[in-house]
Amino acid sequence: MTDQQQEQSLDPAQIEVDVRTGLGAPSADVTEGRQNSLWSDAWGQLRRNPLFWIGSFLGVFFVLMAIFPSWFARGADPRACSLTESKQPPSSAHWMGFDQQGCDYLANVVYGARTSLTIGLLSVIGVLLLGVIIGAVAGYYGGIADSLLARLTDIFFALPLILGALILLRVGPSTGLPILSDRGAGAVAIALSAFGWMTAMRLVRSQVIAVKSQDYVAAARAMGASNFRILTRHILPNAVAPVLVYSTITVGVLIAAEATLTYLGVGLQRPAISWGLQIENGQSLLRTAPHLVLFPSIILSLTVMAFIMLGDALRDALDPRQRS
Amino acid sequence: MTSSSGYISSTPALEPNPTAGPVLEVEDLHVEFRTRNGVVNAVNGISYSVDQGETLAILGESGSGKSVSAQAIMGILDSPPAVIAGGGINFQGRDILKMNEEEQRQIRGPGIAMIFQDALSALNPVYSVGFQIGEMFRAHRGTSRKEAKQHAIELMDRVRIPAAARRVNDYPHQFSGGMRQRVMIAMALALDPRILIADEPTTALDVTVQAQVMDLLKDLQRDTGMGLILITHDLGVVNEVADRVAVMYAGRIVETGTVDDVFTRPAMPYTVGLMNSIPQVEAKGGRLQPIIGQPPNLARIPSGCPFHPRCPMARTGAAAAPDRDCVADLPPLRVVTVGREAACHYSEELLNG
Repeated sequence: MTDQQQEQSLDPAQIEVDVRTGLGAPSADVTEGRQNSLWSDAWGQLRRNPLFWIGSFLGVFFVLMAIFPSWFARGADPRACSLTESKQPPSSAHWMGFDQQGCDYLANVVYGARTSLTIGLLSVIGVLLLGVIIGAVAGYYGGIADSLLARLTDIFFALPLILGALILLRVGPSTGLPILSDRGAGAVAIALSAFGWMTAMRLVRSQVIAVKSQDYVAAARAMGASNFRILTRHILPNAVAPVLVYSTITVGVLIAAEATLTYLGVGLQRPAISWGLQIENGQSLLRTAPHLVLFPSIILSLTVMAFIMLGDALRDALDPRQRS
Repeated sequence: MTSSSGYISSTPALEPNPTAGPVLEVEDLHVEFRTRNGVVNAVNGISYSVDQGETLAILGESGSGKSVSAQAIMGILDSPPAVIAGGGINFQGRDILKMNEEEQRQIRGPGIAMIFQDALSALNPVYSVGFQIGEMFRAHRGTSRKEAKQHAIELMDRVRIPAAARRVNDYPHQFSGGMRQRVMIAMALALDPRILIADEPTTALDVTVQAQVMDLLKDLQRDTGMGLILITHDLGVVNEVADRVAVMYAGRIVETGTVDDVFTRPAMPYTVGLMNSIPQVEAKGGRLQPIIGQPPNLARIPSGCPFHPRCPMARTGAAAAPDRDCVADLPPLRVVTVGREAACHYSEELLNG
């Protein structure tokens, strides 16, 4: 669109503004509602994706469950147990039956959401912090810093997430470090972030390298912006989209990893309530009371699925080449 | 120009130039790219100066080193591989190359600013234009967000963006090419630079918009008294706005002088070739006269005068005067007549017909 075209279509409000500014070159804003930015395009794409709606419905449902468990527990208290009800199968009054201790199982599963989501979110924040900082430094400064950090990443990549976290949590209590030694949600989140940041780092690093050579970065430098300002204000905001997608998917993966660690006996300990613990306790009773494994597993799978679906939908929406 | 805003009064008074000489002086600047395949000599000892309020056009074809020399001044060379191998860049009497990084950074923006060829890629897509213009004030002067935005609106008015107050929150992709370049100009002018480097500012624009942008630059220069370095390969633009012109070839300045002198009586065969390659109305229907051959490979610049393989006047061996063999002796940039310099052994013959 040329400037002439802009000047042809007049709009009274516009002329008034121009008179005030003394320029007398009225133009209507013909761009409104016609051109789209990356994010408005992405939203248009998301809206039409059923995966996004299923994912966000489930996501909101489980987040609400984590914040207000009493809304979903049908009035039952997860810690009010009566051994006479032990291993009762599901009934119309108690939808998920009772566990071995005779506690209402629905209430237990519902109250487990908070632990799982907290650990999932905390460890994804840890993964992002490590990944973005290390990746941005490596990508922006290049040279020796890049070589060293890239090798460090390779070393961590060689360690499987579960194995690394398992070892860290196993030795955790003997280290005497504040959060790590108490085997709570914080310790699990630290262990998962410490061995899960590498993919995020590689993503950020490659994005930063790509954005670094853009003209607007040179322009910012020519206008006297400092390295820190260029990196935080100009490069990172343009590099986050793929990292955002990755982290959404990772929330699901990390929630599953937490359940795995707890199942293996190094994650959370009773009396904490978590899906991993419930599955671990239920497995020995699988033949007599299969519902004790079934219900937390289904809910865990649905939660993981919700985040992965959201991430997938987001990735499709942000990548124009994926659009049909 | 008809800027009605209080912008001028809101910026500090122009600092007097501490040394009476030129605002910017480039002395014997060398830039090379050290690549795996050898050293590419992009800039081989260029010198020029820009006075307050003066427009110097640097004219040259692609790969002649005109943009690289500007990037060296702005400190935005990609290094590695680019290295400033020698020379000095004096801004108001102080050598920029000898300053530390922080001092250099403080000169960029308030001292020397630059506008780029492609304004769309030179503007950050994720911020509104008002935010980006205002960033100059926030970063260099610590102005509050609100005030910075007010300054941004004033600047947008000043570069004649219609309805500035309404468009301040729009994003770069919502502007037309000419308007984007104005936003770029507004950013560059935000801190009242003493020198503005315009690297092919109109190349990406269509012809009518080109004229508007050049007029705007001229008006702004008259208002602020800044020196303007105009890097271009567009002879028409040079003719319209420049006071002096420096013609570059193979990383060297091969001719300087006022625009009128250089355009009407070139003293270097390369400039003659450039002038002959302009389409002329009188010669309609005839063939254009190109400069034969290819620009030199900067990793292997020809011996002697770098232009000799393409020069219709080149003399070598017995035909050449002593020490003026075009194939063997590099012609220095020397004064040929009053106010004119050229790097050719036989400039006088050209000038005197």
